Formats: sequence, structure tokens, C-alpha cells
Amino acid sequence: MTEELLERLDRPEVLIAPQEDVFPPAPPDGLDSVLFEQDERDARADLRRQIAAMELALSRLFGSAFPRKGIDFSVPGMGGPRMLSVDELEKVRDSLAARIQEVRADLHDYAVVEEANRELIEEMTADPASHKWVRVYNEDVGEPGCKNWHAKPKWGVLGMLLGWWQVKISSGCPLAEGLRPPES
Amino acid sequence: MAELPDEWEVAPETGWIEPALAEEFPGLSIVSTALETRTGRSPEPLREQLRLLSDRIAGAQAIQLRQKPIPWAYRVFFRHIGLDPDTTRTPIEQLIFERIHDGRFKSRNRVDDALTIAMVEVGVALRAFDADRVEGRVGLRLSEEEEGFEGRVSPLPDGTIVVADEKRPLGILFDRTAEGRGVKRATARVLLVAIGVRGVPDIAMEEALWVAGSALRA
Repeated sequence: MTEELLERLDRPEVLIAPQEDVFPPAPPDGLDSVLFEQDERDARADLRRQIAAMELALSRLFGSAFPRKGIDFSVPGMGGPRMLSVDELEKVRDSLAARIQEVRADLHDYAVVEEANRELIEEMTADPASHKWVRVYNEDVGEPGCKNWHAKPKWGVLGMLLGWWQVKISSGCPLAEGLRPPES
Repeated sequence: MAELPDEWEVAPETGWIEPALAEEFPGLSIVSTALETRTGRSPEPLREQLRLLSDRIAGAQAIQLRQKPIPWAYRVFFRHIGLDPDTTRTPIEQLIFERIHDGRFKSRNRVDDALTIAMVEVGVALRAFDADRVEGRVGLRLSEEEEGFEGRVSPLPDGTIVVADEKRPLGILFDRTAEGRGVKRATARVLLVAIGVRGVPDIAMEEALWVAGSALRA
């Protein structure tokens, strides 16, 4: 396989100079544009496959991004419902590709901060007195829920005066409140 | 789940698709069935079904929804026809959004509630029309040049994909219904329509019609 590829490299890049009269820019009169139509249809089908794959990738990122907030997943539409041209499908595909890159970059940024926060929790747990009153929430480490790690003195003021610090882990979210939905 | 009466079986009728659309979107399909029922306030069994359904759907399902095969197929199709599924939500996503927003599936009327149950259970996009105001079989086509749309002052943009009978558009695909073609209090026969896209199995479309029909007969 490698040899074949090397052989191809030995070939001159252009064997025959392209001539415009051999490759007309548009189909000759009277031949209609069936060939060109067919080509566009294939192109559209191919773009639709790419869009489907990218939509799946973006959907997976959406799922994995939860519960992080502030990440933009929107990709503008082209005004439908209608059949889109190749140009329009390309725009949708390119917008999806750009959005996927941006979401990945955002998630990467989040991951860096979250990793730092996890390390902070470890440091707080190992040495609470050096992290007085520091509080890290679940949200800060990219997890759902209301749990938090809080470096606070044991026994209130007495612990504060004597330097008895501990990391207290909260028990989670408060119970749901508010009106119960009506029965009917 | 409500019991289906012995004498009633769903008899789905396959609708037509304009050749240009069928070539561009293989897998696009429309299936319908008509049944005699009236709308109005939902009976208690139907509202009970909605409550049970509300209990089964929570935030986790909403987050994972778009990765499931059928909802994903609709999202992809929305992209293909120029719609942004985060702005113009797919039917199933719209229902789940409302469930999360309102805290439950709100009961509206018998027909809407039946459609809600079927769409959430199966994931297939459903619509309902007044069967007595539909002429011939329903199908999907592109709007013609300067074609009118009941309830709309200006004509439809050329090439809009519409759900239509053999005479006129009944509704814009995944959008509004033409005035006078939807289900109203006076409607005696309801035409249930399932719209399928590539990736949605035929059996799911029949199942959606069956579930909606069963709920309407509850």
C-alpha cells in the first residue's frame, strides 16, 4: 500500500493541461442539466449525512454538559420548513461544526476549573485551617445537586478561637417546597 | 392504559408524498386514521393517564431525550428542512419542555391530551384535523407559487412543506394548522395524522396512532 502511494507521488501533477473547451463551465444548450441536477442531489444527500452526524455529536455534548450552565448550543435555522439548497445545507453544516468546536472549548475550560476545584477540596480536607470559610459547591466541580464542602470551625466561636477547623459536607438539596399541583 | 374496544382497530392509511420531496427525503412518510370522537374536557381516566405520565418524565429524561433514536431523527430532519430545533422545537421536545416548565402535563382537551400521551409514549409527531373538512387522502407536498393558506393574509412562501389534502394545505409541516381545518367543538370525526422521517420505524407510527386512538376512546 505504501509503495503504491509512493508511486503515485512520482507521477507528474498535471499530465494534460486543462482546456476550457473540454470542461465547459455549464452544460451545453439542449442537454438540459440532468447531470448537474444529479450531482447536486448527491451533494445534498452527503451534506445531510454530515449534518445528521454533527447533530448527534452536539446532542451528546448537550447531555454531557449538564449541569453546567451558560453554554450556547444554538445553531440558527435557515427559515423553513422547505428544501434547502447545497449552499444552505453547507451553512447549516458549517454552523454545526463551529458550534461543536465552541462547545468542546467551553467544556474544556470548565474541566480545567473543575479539576482545580477538586484539588482544592482535597487540600481543604487535608488542611482545613489553611482554608478558613472556603466553600466549594457541587456545581463548581461539574456535578448536579446542592452538596457543598465548607471549611468551618468545630463548635462555633470556641473552635474558631482554639483553631479547631473542619470541612463539613452539606447533606444535599433542601426539600422541595411550594404548592402541590392540583389533583385535577 | 385504557382498553381498546374490541370492535375498533387502527386502520392506518398511508398518505402520498410529492415525488420531489420523496427523492430528497427518503423515509419521509405520513400515515393517518379517522375515528369518530368529540373533543371537549378530558374524561377522568385520560387525565389520570396524563398524571401518571407526568410522574414518569423528569429532568433526566429531558436531558437525554435528544440522544434517543426517534427524537434525534426529528431533530436531524428539522435541520435538513431549515428549522432550528432549539427554537422551533420538535413535537416531543415541546411537550417535554412544557412538562418541565409547568411541573406536569396540563390537561387541555380530549384530543390534545390523547396526542400528548401518544407522542410522549412513542415519540412520533402527531397532528389532528377535522376529518369532515379533509377532502381525499392527506399527504406532504411543497406549496405552489403564491398559494394561499387559510387564516394567513399573505400567501405561503414558495416551496414551503405542507400537510395537504387533495385540494388545499391543511397545515404547515410542524407548524400551524390552517384555519377551520383543526379540531373544534363541533368536530364529529377526528383525523389523526402521524408524520414520520428517516429513522422512525413504520411500526412506531402505527403504535402512535393506536395509542392516541386508545386514549381518545378512553
